[in-house]
Amino acid sequence: MTVTTTVNGNVSAATASAAASAAATAEATGPQSLTMAKALNTAMADAMRNDPSVLVFGEDVGMLGGVFRITDGLMAEFGEQRCFDTPLAESGIVGMAVGMAINGMRPVIEMQFDAFAYPAFEQIVSHVAKMHNRTKGKLKMPMVIRVPYAGGIGGVEHHCDSSESYYAHTAGLKVYTPATVADGYRMLREAIDSDDPVMFMEPKKLYWSKDQVDLGALRAEHDAGTSTEGRAAVARPGTDATLIAYGPSVPTALAAAAAAAEEGRSLEVIDVRTLVPFDDETVCASVRKTGRAVVIAEAHGFASVSSEIVARVQERAFHYLAAPILRVTGFDVPFPSPKLEHYYLPSVDRILDAVDDLQWED
Amino acid sequence: MTIHADHSAPETAVEDHAADVRTKFGISVEDYMLPARHQIQMVNPDGTLRSHDEQGTEPGHEYPTPSDAELMAAYEKLVVGRRVNDQNSALVRQGRMAVYPSSHGQEACQVAAAMCLSEGDWLFPTYRDAVAVMTRGVDPVEVMTIFRGDWHGGYDPKEHNVGIQCTPLTTQLLHAVGVAHAAKLRGEDTVVMAMCGDGATSEGDFHEALNFAAVFHLPVIFFVQNNKYAISVPLSHQSVAPSLAHKAVGYGMAGERVDGNDLVALLAVMDRAVKLARDGSGPLLIEAHTYRMQAHTNADDATRYRPDSEVAEWQAKDPLARMKSYLTDKGLLDDEASKKIAEHAESVATQLRDGLGEDVPVQPLDLFKYVFAKPTPQLKEQSELLASELARAESADNTGNTYNAGTESAK
Repeated sequence: MTVTTTVNGNVSAATASAAASAAATAEATGPQSLTMAKALNTAMADAMRNDPSVLVFGEDVGMLGGVFRITDGLMAEFGEQRCFDTPLAESGIVGMAVGMAINGMRPVIEMQFDAFAYPAFEQIVSHVAKMHNRTKGKLKMPMVIRVPYAGGIGGVEHHCDSSESYYAHTAGLKVYTPATVADGYRMLREAIDSDDPVMFMEPKKLYWSKDQVDLGALRAEHDAGTSTEGRAAVARPGTDATLIAYGPSVPTALAAAAAAAEEGRSLEVIDVRTLVPFDDETVCASVRKTGRAVVIAEAHGFASVSSEIVARVQERAFHYLAAPILRVTGFDVPFPSPKLEHYYLPSVDRILDAVDDLQWED
Repeated sequence: MTIHADHSAPETAVEDHAADVRTKFGISVEDYMLPARHQIQMVNPDGTLRSHDEQGTEPGHEYPTPSDAELMAAYEKLVVGRRVNDQNSALVRQGRMAVYPSSHGQEACQVAAAMCLSEGDWLFPTYRDAVAVMTRGVDPVEVMTIFRGDWHGGYDPKEHNVGIQCTPLTTQLLHAVGVAHAAKLRGEDTVVMAMCGDGATSEGDFHEALNFAAVFHLPVIFFVQNNKYAISVPLSHQSVAPSLAHKAVGYGMAGERVDGNDLVALLAVMDRAVKLARDGSGPLLIEAHTYRMQAHTNADDATRYRPDSEVAEWQAKDPLARMKSYLTDKGLLDDEASKKIAEHAESVATQLRDGLGEDVPVQPLDLFKYVFAKPTPQLKEQSELLASELARAESADNTGNTYNAGTESAK
């Protein structure tokens, strides 16, 4: 039995209409209101249209369109050969993707939740990260492992971990995490294009965040080869202190900067965007300018990406600092239950308190 | 590239499979999936051919004897494999290699696993499967680089379609599944051989790989060399299944067990498995009963966990002696042919001694070169740091700067 790419008799009318709406979104030009979920979805659809070797698979990503609907309509448009559900086994998903990458495919796979990715840790650390090095580049690992991560959604246990430090610590992985709708599109396109394996950390609390974006312009930017890898963004310019944040913490940092502005303090917000590779240049240029910095992250602070950022900045900008770099991170406790997460997550108040502690009297 | 294969037909897959088996073998799908009541064996340990009704076969489990030409070609690989194993163990003792997990005693499995494949097929070996990798055509010295210690892999996996020898147990079985899946999506008829040992069947990836292969109906042959020990732990501590081949039916695939020291039976079983897989029958699981004649590696002491009498018992079942005796009796192998084969084996051993005896200078800056396809600024910085250290060390050598070189030269 042979089924062609675009036609599949099994798809329901509902998913077919989802595909039609995906196609309609794809055709729209000019600024439009879009969620990050739709931006990510459109990025995958565009990549699949451009390159038949791009495959999407994981748990519930087919007919259902993913538990967060990020893969909505992909099976209907591209057939269940290119977007399909696998048995419920994360190591199997990643391990099979390694084999597919060896054999000419570009798998884009979904780990349903941050903490559900742990069974795949061995495949990620021992093979995804090492294959290129071990084979002196003879085997490339052009794959994207999408991980909905972090808290802020009132999720139950094992659904809200900030697991980015495990991956950032592993040599051979690139780690991206978008904070804006437009970056959702451009960074996922770049991750799929990359010949290196990318851990694509999606802040799940930002899935439904909306922004005015011009997909036509983003596509043109992609086609022109514009890269965000290793390029932090200045999310809000300022002069008095720098807030360094990434992923889910960027909107919190921006809110803190807005509140500080009302009190007459000008804070610059840096969105790191790719944790690996890290943009030392942009981050340090900002800190050299302001002389003060707070690093904000949801993950536990101990031995984390936030501690790495502090170390790197003080190594490079020590003489520009008017105060020690402070951090606002999750406490070193297991991610709390829904009614307690509010106490755990970095908040505007906690960020402003840290800013107040930056030795302004000197 | 066109993606066009049907990789899963959930509603009808089970019925289709049953009908297919009834047509092919005239037996129920359960009888097809369960291994034969006895392991498949064609040649006795003394080299005599077993009569057909003694071979352990029954309907659906009958295997034709391989051709004389195939047997002779396989025998030559067997002799070379044994010579390579013993040469490598010697090179470890001489300090030319860091370690070598020898497949001494398991060479028939090694040869059969590689020989049953066609050129476009793939092989996913473990660290103990160097002989299979070589049999597939990879340069012997390149194969051994991993054990010499100058890089984690010495050959280009795409040159002969052989995955890098894998250390974390059964993780490579999933790569085999992915390679087969990609090939199937493109409509290619690639068969993939996925190798592991008996202890490894306890790993989670073993389960996930077999299940994925079965669900997606992929042409993967899972080949378990049951050599009775996982370093020191015997099979009875890994599994209490009737046999490892019986695990197949739980995934919805066919299982078979075969005498792993009987190259004739191995070739017969593996050849049929490859044909079935290529023809669309889905994955298969083959368990070969063999024995690791030597310790796990040179760092292991096998006398701590198994009696010499057990080793002696398996010595009598040696795959080489058995095959030699069978081929001689059959009139296929004479002294002249034996001499030629021995010379060939010796030339490979010489190649290994020459290749591994040579000190290849390591390239420290290669540490940074292959981590990513697109390098990062951080690695560039670290590479420059090491480069400047190397340059300083070199200039210290050149200028005779002996400040740190010890008292001998200072005098």
